[in-house]
Formats: sequence, C-alpha cells, structure tokens
Amino acid sequence: MNEQPEQLRNFTINFGPQHPAAHGVLRLVLELDGEIVARVDPHIGLLHRGTEKLIEQKTYLQAIPYFDRLDYVAPMNQEHAFCLAAEKLLGIEVPRRGQLIRVLYCEIGRILSHLLNVTTQAMDVGALTPPLWGFEEREKLMVFYERASGSRMHAAFFRVGGVHQDLPQKLVDDIEAWCDPFLKVVDDLDRLLTANRIFKQRNVDIGVVPLKEAWEWGFSGVMVRGSGAAWDLRKSQPYECYAEMDFDIPIGKNGDCYDRYLIRMEEMRQSVRIMKQCIQKLNAADGKGAVVVEDNKVAPPRRGEMKRSMEALIHHFKLYTEGVHVPAGEVYAAVEAPKGEFGVYLVSDGTNKPYKCKIRAPGFAHLQAMDHICRGHLLADVSAILGSLDIVFGEVDR
Amino acid sequence: MDDGKLDALGQTIVSALPGAATGHTVAFNQLTVDVEASKIVEVVKYLRDDPNCRFVNFTDITAADYPSRDKRFDVIYHFLSPTLNTRIRLKAQADETTQVPSLIEIFPGADWFEREAYDLYGVFFVGHPDMRRILTDYGFEGHPLRKDFPLTGFVEVRYDDQEKRVVYEPVRLNQEFRKFDFLSPWEGADYPLPGDEKAGPKA
Repeated sequence: MNEQPEQLRNFTINFGPQHPAAHGVLRLVLELDGEIVARVDPHIGLLHRGTEKLIEQKTYLQAIPYFDRLDYVAPMNQEHAFCLAAEKLLGIEVPRRGQLIRVLYCEIGRILSHLLNVTTQAMDVGALTPPLWGFEEREKLMVFYERASGSRMHAAFFRVGGVHQDLPQKLVDDIEAWCDPFLKVVDDLDRLLTANRIFKQRNVDIGVVPLKEAWEWGFSGVMVRGSGAAWDLRKSQPYECYAEMDFDIPIGKNGDCYDRYLIRMEEMRQSVRIMKQCIQKLNAADGKGAVVVEDNKVAPPRRGEMKRSMEALIHHFKLYTEGVHVPAGEVYAAVEAPKGEFGVYLVSDGTNKPYKCKIRAPGFAHLQAMDHICRGHLLADVSAILGSLDIVFGEVDR
Repeated sequence: MDDGKLDALGQTIVSALPGAATGHTVAFNQLTVDVEASKIVEVVKYLRDDPNCRFVNFTDITAADYPSRDKRFDVIYHFLSPTLNTRIRLKAQADETTQVPSLIEIFPGADWFEREAYDLYGVFFVGHPDMRRILTDYGFEGHPLRKDFPLTGFVEVRYDDQEKRVVYEPVRLNQEFRKFDFLSPWEGADYPLPGDEKAGPKA
C-alpha cells in the first residue's frame, strides 16, 4: 500500500449563513479537495417559519399575506397560485379586468425578480455596477406595487375571485410610460454584461445541466428552459388570460449559467411585451368593469353599498369573521413564477380554513441539486452557480 | 387534457399495474391514482418509462395527516408529463411505522422532498441514504405538521446575556393562543354554544 502523505486531506469549510453571495440564510458545508469542490451539503431551514402550519389555522383570506413572504422579490406571483387553487375548488371565474390586472402585476413581479437575480449574479462574480442600475428600476416597480396595493413589497393585493381594488387610470398610464424607457435599461445591462469577458469566463460552461437530469431533479422554469425544453406554464397550460397574449419563450442550448442569464434577460423584454398588451386591453372597452367576482359569498360588497344595504353589511361581517367556505376537495394549482413552477396543493374539508396547504417552491427543488451540479467545479464557481439557480430563502425554507 | 382522456389514462394505469395501483379518480380536471405504499417504486417506474405516460418531471412529495383514520397519513406524489402536458397525483396511505420505499433511485429530486415529509410528518422512507431533518432546528423533536402538534410548539429560544449564548426554554405564553371559531352554528359547528351547558341534560 502506498502511504498517503499526512498533510494531504480534504478541507471542509463553512459557506454562509451570513455570506453576501449566499443570497440569504444558506449554510453550505463544502468539502474541498484543493480548490475543487468534492461535496456540498446545504443546510437550510434557518428561515423556517412554519408557513404551512400557520395557514392551516387561518381563513383563506388571512392566508394570502403569507404568500407574499415566501419569494419576497416577486410577491404577487405567489398569491396568484393560492388564489387559483382556491378558485378551482370554488369553481369561480375571475372577471376580465381582474384577470388583466393580475397578469400585469405578475409580469411586474417577474421583472422584479429577474432584475434582482441578473444583477446580483453579476455582483457575485465581481461586477458592482449592474445592481445599482437594476435596483433603480426595481424601485420604480415597487412604487407601482405601492400605488396599487398600499405596500411596496408585501402587497396582499390578490383575492380569491379577483384583486382587491381597481387601478386608477393614472397608474395604468404611468406603467405604460415606464415600459419603453425600461427596455433601454435592459439594453444597457446587456451591453454591460453579455459580451463582458470576465462575466463570460465566470459563467460560460459552468453548472451545465442536461435536460434529462433537469426533469428528474424536479427543475422548472428557467432551469429547464436553459437546458433546451420549450416549457412554460403560461404557454403550455395557460391560466388567466395568458392564452390571448402574444409573447415568445426563450430557450437555451447549453444549460449553463450563461444561458440561464441570457434567458432571464430576454424574459424581461417579453414581460414588457405582455405588460403593454395588458395595458392596451385594460384601456379597451371590454377591459373595463369589475375586478372581483360579484358573488358576495366570496368577495365583500363595496363600502358604499354597505352604508345603504343591510344585506351587504351582513355579508361583509360574515366574510371578515367567518370567511369563505370552500367546498371539500383537493387541487394542485401551479403558476409560472419567475423562479420556476410555484405550486399550491390545497386540501379543503369544506370549512372556512384550509385542511392542508402544501407550498411547492421551485427554489427548494433547485437548491437540492447544488451537490450534484457543483461537484468537480472550483470553489469560486459555487457562488456563480448559486446565483444562477435564483434562490430566495423565503420560499425555500417556508 | 379533458376529463374523458384523463379517465382513460387512469384506467390504463390501474389495469397495467394490478395490485399496485388500486383505483383512480378525476376531479377538477386532475387525475388521482391510489397506490399501495409498498409498491410505489414500481408504479413510478412505469409512469416514467411507459411511452403512453412519460411522467419524467418530478414535481412534489408531501403528506397529509388524518389522525382519526387507521392509517393516518396520505403520502402524496405529483408528477408532470411534458409530452402529454398533464399532471398526475399518486396517493398512498401510511401510518407512523409504515416503511415507504424511497424514490431516490428513480428520481434524485425526491431527496429533499422525502426528508421534508419525514421532518414535518414523520413518514419513514426506506432506501433514502440521508434521512436527516431538513427544515426544523438542529435537535428538534416532534413532527410539526401533524394535526396533534400545537401551533405554538414546545420550546422557545432567547439570547441569554449571562451565559452569552442562545438558550432553549419551554414555551411560556402570556396569553393562550386564541383560536377563533366563527363557524355558523347552523352550518357545521358541532359543539355546544356558550351558555347551553346551563340548560342541563334535556329531559
């Protein structure tokens, strides 16, 4: 037997939970063979709040704000999945204006998330300017959130059956005016990063995931599109009014970090395209009207009605104390959230509280593949791969 | 896919796997197949490899707790077939001691989802190489998503200035957790209304 020299051994280091490139509270235990990663053991759960347990104790209306706090960079997309699940059980359809507003704000959420991801991924590999440029636009988008819902991030704007309030015309006009200048900002970011030598050296051919593996690891969203699958729930299983929107699905060829970056850049442009169509449809004659179902057993009556009608007052009281009774059954509803397929598996026993609400977060499935993707890469690539997985701990830990 | 096609697909699956798949239902345009917990690997392998199914995308594993039942847990699997553009839900019953075979050999993505189901519900998966807790604290006891686990838990933590470290203590609440029950008495509430107990047993 040849003897191992004593000083040759694998080194185990701790990455996070306070490291800025850990994107939150991730603790990675890395086993290193020199500079090569031999094993990655992600420790998660440092932000676990027991969201699913809490939702079981609350009415359907009270459950909605918990969804803002999952993926807190694109809050409304999460609310959307929960509302879709409850609406499926209730068998109601959202009025057209409500659908358009939902889609408009989901696309704003997608841009919010992609802007954060693309720019912080650039920061992880050493570029400081992109986050400063990107966050300026995010700030404007959060003002749109605030003007619709009263809150910059944790909007709680969607309701079972529609959205909480109508948008003022001035807000719709301002969002429209934001669209074209934003495309310029995307182009600027593009010029800053896409052909940048250092950015390419750090991302091209790093973290390659073949399509077959992507499917069986439970990947979704950008992670499978980067590997070459033309799969987007907005196209393949259209919900709301996505079926009538005209947009393209960018896909990658190599499945590496760079392809995923390129897809996110293109998706932002496509989102702007969808937003413009939404605004056009909102301004058209058939885009006016109610934003939430008229059924007072599901959606509360308007304030003005309550001053005059006794029945409206009773409905309001019952809705805000007892809440909606959802018929018994089980349903899985998924939306194409910016990070991938965000699903809600809802079991109702016919009372006013969900019996079970499982939140299927895309980040959870992506992060578990860290070990698989990182093996054999250099230590410096870990942060590039982590950046391109697009992890937000609110949804991973729940 | 419409309900008729889903129903046909469910029938094909149930007839192809006698003894493993025991029945199917279609509700809300979603297909659910009931399976035997011990045969889950066989079912999933068939669903992945059969050319009429191709459920190659692993979506989710979770559990649901029904404490009044003999086998208290439903273990619930979701898969997606990009070829058929449809989803499927598998449901297996288990109790605290049932050993559910792990799917990790077929779908490596089942890894954390099985750890999560074990952590939060206490469902045992055999054949999983690394069955540690995942979401709860290091050294946590109990399975928090079970219906008999209290919402407030059993321990709370605080930073102790004397000992210079975080200490664990039993939960002390200044006010009990208030569970508001707003169910209408004529719509399902099966408890006595406050004051009814004064009436005494009915003659």
